[in-house]
Amino acid sequence: MAFFFAQFLTGLANAAALFLVASGLSLIFGVTRIVNFAHGSFYMLGAFIGVVLMDLLPGHVGFWGAILLTGLAVGLIGALVEMVVLRPIYRAPELFQLVATFGVILVIQDLALMIWGAEDRLGPRAPGLRGVWRIFGEPVPKYDIVLIAITPVILFALWYLIARTRLGVLVRAATQDREMVGALGVNQAWLFTGVFALGSALAGLGGALQLPKGGADLLMDFNIIGAVFVVVVIGGMGSLPGAFIASVLISVLNVFGVTYLPQSTLVLMYVVMAVVLIVRPYGLLGREEVAGEHGQVGAPETPIRPYGPKGMALVAVLLALLALLPVFAEPFVLTLVVDMVVFALFAASLHFILGSGGLVSFGHAAFFGGGAYAAALLVYHTGTPMELAFLFAPLAAGLLALGIGWFCIRLTGVYFAMLTLAFSQLVWSLAFQWRSVTRGDDGLVNIWPAEWLSGDITYYYFALAFGIGGILVLRHVIHAPFGYALRAGRDSPRQAEATGIDVKRVQFAAFALAGAMAGLAGGIFVFSKGSVFPTELEIAKSFDALIVVFLGGVKTLAGGVVGAGFMTVVEDWLVRLEYWRLLLGLVIIAVVILMPEGIVGTLRTLWRRIRHSDEEAV
Amino acid sequence: MSEILRVENLRKSYDGFLAVNGVSFAVAKGELKALIGPNGAGKSTCFNMLMGQLKPSAGEVYLDGQRITGKRPREIWRRGVGRTFQITGTYQSMSVIENVQMALMSHHKRIFSIAPRAWKLYRDEAMGFLDTVSMADQADRPCSVLAYGDLKRLELAIALCHRPRLLLMDEPTAGMAPSARIELMQLVADIVRDQGVSVLFTEHDMDVVFAHAHHIMVLNRGELIADGSATEVRNNPQVQEVYLGGGTLFKEDANA
Repeated sequence: MAFFFAQFLTGLANAAALFLVASGLSLIFGVTRIVNFAHGSFYMLGAFIGVVLMDLLPGHVGFWGAILLTGLAVGLIGALVEMVVLRPIYRAPELFQLVATFGVILVIQDLALMIWGAEDRLGPRAPGLRGVWRIFGEPVPKYDIVLIAITPVILFALWYLIARTRLGVLVRAATQDREMVGALGVNQAWLFTGVFALGSALAGLGGALQLPKGGADLLMDFNIIGAVFVVVVIGGMGSLPGAFIASVLISVLNVFGVTYLPQSTLVLMYVVMAVVLIVRPYGLLGREEVAGEHGQVGAPETPIRPYGPKGMALVAVLLALLALLPVFAEPFVLTLVVDMVVFALFAASLHFILGSGGLVSFGHAAFFGGGAYAAALLVYHTGTPMELAFLFAPLAAGLLALGIGWFCIRLTGVYFAMLTLAFSQLVWSLAFQWRSVTRGDDGLVNIWPAEWLSGDITYYYFALAFGIGGILVLRHVIHAPFGYALRAGRDSPRQAEATGIDVKRVQFAAFALAGAMAGLAGGIFVFSKGSVFPTELEIAKSFDALIVVFLGGVKTLAGGVVGAGFMTVVEDWLVRLEYWRLLLGLVIIAVVILMPEGIVGTLRTLWRRIRHSDEEAV
Repeated sequence: MSEILRVENLRKSYDGFLAVNGVSFAVAKGELKALIGPNGAGKSTCFNMLMGQLKPSAGEVYLDGQRITGKRPREIWRRGVGRTFQITGTYQSMSVIENVQMALMSHHKRIFSIAPRAWKLYRDEAMGFLDTVSMADQADRPCSVLAYGDLKRLELAIALCHRPRLLLMDEPTAGMAPSARIELMQLVADIVRDQGVSVLFTEHDMDVVFAHAHHIMVLNRGELIADGSATEVRNNPQVQEVYLGGGTLFKEDANA
């Protein structure tokens, strides 16, 4: 019993940092509608800056002073990021900003590596709080008790700020209707900057506060961001008490998980999140999200039409070039093109539900990796012929999408995104921790194509046929009645339902088709690499697809494919350099700022402007 | 004259507040009937319950004798009810004619087909409906650039695609110029006359109501206080109380 209680206290202490970071994310999302992927990076910066400051400042005052100063410093960095990166793109399509924040993650990762090196830092002990207290005979670190005492104070302080001060009134008003707040004469730009700085400062504080328990390392950003999303979603977007309850819940659960179910620690919190969202779709204390429409800014989408003769000719030329490539290109170019085609199909499948359906999935890697694993597992365990295993990839991924979609489709907006993320993490942790079947992070190797396909050039044509074929199928479906119904459900669900379209069923079917196509991409991938690892199911993989879709242009049909091509080439060049993440991050941020409609969208606008000025000249 | 719609004791409460309190009425076949009342009287709540966007707290709705209470919008659509919205709901990413084609694809049960090119389907038929609402000349414009009054007419065309027996129109002329209002209501009246469709509409513009409606119902604070011909309603003291606090209103020449 005493041990049980001590465990519970450890969980409570761990909740402190998690709550700080989560409340910051929740605050930023509430006011600016930005899903800040980079929030974990601010947490990491807080940890590193905290270590440096604690070294410089001695004693009690120094330790606690260093924590406060860290918060201030990270808050300033947050303000800078908001002003330089985000402010120019508030008018871009909804969720476009998350691409920019992903760029920020990459930049901060490499900057941290440059400044502090690759070695993990141990956090200094808090002066005067080094030992343990015995509670019911069990040792509990003194610092843990202090953290447990501090957290409610922080919750109260934040609550006071939001509920009782003028700034709080503005923040709450902006959360409900930011246009109205602007119309009432509040300087929106500075309100956004202020809130972003405050949120970042909270993350920084969290990073510094956990130092005596943990430390600082370069993986902290991705390690915490998953848990933070889970907390915010379980608690309910924008609810501070909800975030607090959820942080405690998740932290305590983790502590007990490590003790009693060590092989399923990773899954546990995502299972809890999935259950909460299925029972209470808007989190424990959250309200139904109505703000989705507020973010709908930017030019409306233009009607779509299949390519005319000129466009067809261009596509035909491109395809002919790809078909002739093996005649004159080096083998490594062929490999690069296969990667590109795989990524393009993966991105096109996400673009299908995201662009036409308005369903933003944060977990699309589950189907890509799922397809790859499905084929690989068949080959590895049963020695199934490659041709059969390859066909199984889209089939299995489609079935998986049917299962996951059944739960997710009933939600909308950010909650849909988060539930897909939860399920994809579930699939990932299965691959990672079910070692007897999946071999964990050793991966499945020796998954090669059949004899007749094994040549570089043969497999190139094989990949080309299925990859491009998949993309063309998706494009055709978009132009078919089903694709139109999907867009109708996105444009006006009310009208669609009133004219007999079962919107949820259409979305469900589209989700399954997108899953199957992602699985097909996974199938091509696994036989071209000969192996598959859990990384293909990671959050980062889902984000990769999201990013290229947004970079290419959500509101254009070719967006996903072009974005994927662009990204593959740029990455191929950059990874040869030492600080390639920094450069890639900067490239992403530059594209986001310079081309707010995405690459294809901006090119199209440019083209129209040129044609228009031509007509005027005539 | 038989009834197309019968509403019995319809009720909707929000946390104890009665938005609609025991409303009963009927719409006859081939009738153009108006539901009027001050802001907040419960007109839109009523409409949303008829079309299934809201579930009633109590009461029944019958369409041509069949109970449709609490059914989903698309189920009620399937049985032959079309509706237009107070705030228009159109497909902004499609062209005008594609909006109508979409409704026709649903009418012809082609929602899940993936083979044909959607923009080629039912184009002539769609053009016919656009012609009915005088929008044929704008068929290929993007829906996102239409004037508000044109969106209202487009919505009407969309609602007609399933050959409804009953049309529910929530403030069909709100936000339109006065001349366009008369034009649109004349069009609706023509449709009622030519196609035998019944129409129930809400409206704030009394000129429109008294010029076109066969019968008028007045809703106030969730309760029906009058249901009758234009003259009956005009001379109803309770209605006058509600609209002008006792003064006379709706002079005989209002529709002259």
